[in-house]
Amino acid sequence: MYEILKREELNPSSTRFRFYAPYVAGKAKPGQFVILRVDENGERVPFTIAGYDREAGTVDVIVQIVGATTMKLNRLREGESVASLTGPLGNPTRLDGLSKAAVVGGGLGCAIALPIAQELHRRGCCVHSVVGFRTKDLIILEKEFAEASDLLTVMTDDGSNGRGGLVSAGLEELILAGNIYDEVICIGPPLMMKFVCLLTKKYGIKTTVSMNSIMVDGTGMCGCCRLTVGGETKFACVDGPDFDGHLVDFDEAISRGNIYGEFERHAYDEACNLLKKEVE
Amino acid sequence: MADMNPVRTPMPSQDPDIRRRNFDEVTLGYTEEMAVAEAKRCLNCRHRPCTGGCPVGIRIPDFIAKVAEGEFEEAYHIIHEDSSLPAVCGRVCPQERQCEKYCVRGMKGDSVGIGRLERFVADWHAAHGSESVKKQPVNGHKVAVVGAGPSGLTCAGDLAKKGYDVTVFEALHIPGGVLVYGIPEFRLPKAIVAREVDTLRALGVRIETNVVVGRSVTIDELLEEEGFEAVFIGTGAGLPSFMKIPGESLKGVFSANEFLTRVNLMKAYREDSDTPILRPSRVAVVGGGNVAMDAARSAMRLGAGRVTVLYRRGEEEMPARKEEIEHAKEEGVEFMFLTAPTQILGTEGNEDRSKNGFVRGVRCIRMELGESDASGRRRPKEIPGSEFELEADAVIMALGTSPNPLISRTTHDLETDRRGCIVADPETGETSRPGVFAGGDTVTGAATVILAMGAGKKAAAAIDRYITEGGKG
Repeated sequence: MYEILKREELNPSSTRFRFYAPYVAGKAKPGQFVILRVDENGERVPFTIAGYDREAGTVDVIVQIVGATTMKLNRLREGESVASLTGPLGNPTRLDGLSKAAVVGGGLGCAIALPIAQELHRRGCCVHSVVGFRTKDLIILEKEFAEASDLLTVMTDDGSNGRGGLVSAGLEELILAGNIYDEVICIGPPLMMKFVCLLTKKYGIKTTVSMNSIMVDGTGMCGCCRLTVGGETKFACVDGPDFDGHLVDFDEAISRGNIYGEFERHAYDEACNLLKKEVE
Repeated sequence: MADMNPVRTPMPSQDPDIRRRNFDEVTLGYTEEMAVAEAKRCLNCRHRPCTGGCPVGIRIPDFIAKVAEGEFEEAYHIIHEDSSLPAVCGRVCPQERQCEKYCVRGMKGDSVGIGRLERFVADWHAAHGSESVKKQPVNGHKVAVVGAGPSGLTCAGDLAKKGYDVTVFEALHIPGGVLVYGIPEFRLPKAIVAREVDTLRALGVRIETNVVVGRSVTIDELLEEEGFEAVFIGTGAGLPSFMKIPGESLKGVFSANEFLTRVNLMKAYREDSDTPILRPSRVAVVGGGNVAMDAARSAMRLGAGRVTVLYRRGEEEMPARKEEIEHAKEEGVEFMFLTAPTQILGTEGNEDRSKNGFVRGVRCIRMELGESDASGRRRPKEIPGSEFELEADAVIMALGTSPNPLISRTTHDLETDRRGCIVADPETGETSRPGVFAGGDTVTGAATVILAMGAGKKAAAAIDRYITEGGKG
C-alpha cells in the first residue's frame, strides 16, 4: 500500500497527490512515469511523475478527473492509500546540452512539463515556457512555471485570461520574434502535440513529445502502448515515452487512444451514479 | 499386481457447452477412488523411465505407489521433495512429452496418468493435509530473486529450505509471473498459485511486488549496495512479437500477452474489475501454440460468437498440447490450418470518426508446406492467388515472445545472445557475471513452466555452492 501524504486540488478537475513510495522516489527523473492501481479491483493506469523528493521518499502525480478510475482516486484523502504504485518506468527525458529550450505544455500536460522546465532551469538552460488551458479557471502551476522560466506565456483557448489562442500560436510568436531554440519539448493532448510538431517542422526545430498511450503492465509486456514512429512500431513504455515529434504518427496514436471510449463512458456514468447515491 | 486396463481413468470435466461461457476450471480432478484406480495401473517397473523424463526428477513410481495404498499425504511429501509447485505442474506440464512419454504402459495402451495423479495429490494435500512447512534456521546469507514466475519461485523456495534469507522482486502487483498473467483461470485457478506462493512465504521468503528491477533498483545495486551475495534472474520472456503486416495498429489487434493479461491478471471478465476489455463477436487468433489456445478459449468465454485460429502450418505441426487443442475444439473454436494473415482491415469512412480505425476483417492467404527448414519442420510457403478475407472484429497475435531487455540493458557485464537471451550455463545458471545466475525463459526463450522450474532448481543448488564454498573466482 502506498500512502497519500498530501492531496491538493489545483483546479476543479485536477488534483495533486503526494505518495510515499521510496523505491520510485529514489530513482525518478523528469519524463518518467508510474503505474498506479487505486484498489484491488483497479486497472493499471500510467501517470507521469510530476515531482519527487528523494530524501523524503515521496512522488507527486497530478491527476485529471476524466473517468471512473480518476474519479475513484480523487475521492481518496490524505492518510489513505492506493493499492500499488510502480516505477519509475520509461526513459527519462534527455536534457543534456541544451542552452535554450522552449517547454510547451497543454492542460494536464503542464504537470509533466513543469519538472522538465525546472530541471533545465537548474542546469542553467534558458527556458521559455508556453502553457495552455481551456479557460482561466483551469490554469494550474502558473507560479511554479514562472519561477522555472526565463519567459512564460500562458494561453487560454477562450481568451479568458487575456491571451486567447492555442499554444502553437504562442510558440510561433516567440519564434517569429527571433528566438532560436535548440529544442522544443512538448507535452499535452496528442492533438495539441500534433499541431505544435507541424509548426516546429516548418521552422526546422527539433521537437520532443511525451506520448501518454494506454498501457497495462508498463514494462514492455503487453504491446498495448505501441505507436508508429518513423515507420517503425515502438512501445511507449520501454522505447519512450519521449519520441521525436516529427516522426510520430499522431493520427494513429489519437485513434488508438479512444479504443475503450465506450467502456469508459459507461464506467464513468456508473461511478457518477454511485457517487450521487452516496451523497443522497 | 498392477491393473492391466489399457485405458486411462477418464478425467471428469465440465460439459463443453457450459464451460465455453465460464472461467471455472475445465477439468475437475480425480476423486480418491479414481486416483487409487489409476495409480494401480503403474507397474512400478525397475528402470523408472518416467523419472528420467521429468525436468525436476520427481520420484514418480514412489509417489504413485503411495497413492495406490491410499497414503495421499505421504505421496505429497515425495513430490514436494523435488517440486515446489505440484498443483501447478499437475495442471500445466506437457506430461505427454515428458514423464508419460516414457511410461512403459504407453507402449500398449494409455500411459499412466501421471499428471492427473500429481494434481490429485497436490489438491488432496491442500484440502486435507497438515501444513508441515518448517521455517529453516537462517544462515545469514542474503539472496535476491528477480521475477516471481516459475523459475524464480522455485529458486526462492529451494534456497529458503536451505536457510537463506531470500527476497523476490516482482514487477507486477501479484506474484506468479506467467502463472497469473498468462495461463487462464479455467486451466489454472489463481487460488492455486496464491496457495503455492503462501507456502513460500511460510518458508520465510519475502516477496516485494511492484518493484521493477532495472528501473526501481538495478542488479548492480542489489549486489553492491543492498548486501545481496547472489542474484537469480528469472524474468521470463515477456516481450510480444507482431507480424509487421499492414493494419496491426488498428484498434482490436492485441498481442496475446495484452489480451490474456487483461483477462487473467486484471480479471477484466468480471463485473467488479475496472480494467476495460473489448468483447468481440468474431475473433481471429494467429498462432498455433498453447498461448494461442488460451487466447482463443478466453475469447470464447468473453462471449464471442465465432473464434477462428489461423495457423500457417498443418494440425500435425501445431506446437500446442493435444489436450488443449481438443478442449478448444470441443468448445467450438474453429481452426484454419495452412493459413496466414497478410493484412488486417479496418473500419473507415464513418461520419463519427471515433468509430473508424477498428478491425473489421483479416486478409489471409493459403499456405502449403515445402522443404524442411533447419529445425526439421517443413517450411510453409504462400500459394499465389489464394487470398481471401475473413470477417473479424478482433485479432489476437500469439506469435511467441522474447526476453525483456530491461535487465540486460541496466546490468554491467551481463552477456546476452543475438535473441536477447541471457547467456547462462544450463547446469548451474551461472552467467558471465560472478554472483549473477539466470534461468527459465529469459535464458532459453519462451518454453515451459516445468523447464523454468528445473532451471530455478539447478540455480538454487549452484547459488548454495557459490556462497558456501566462497566460489567467487
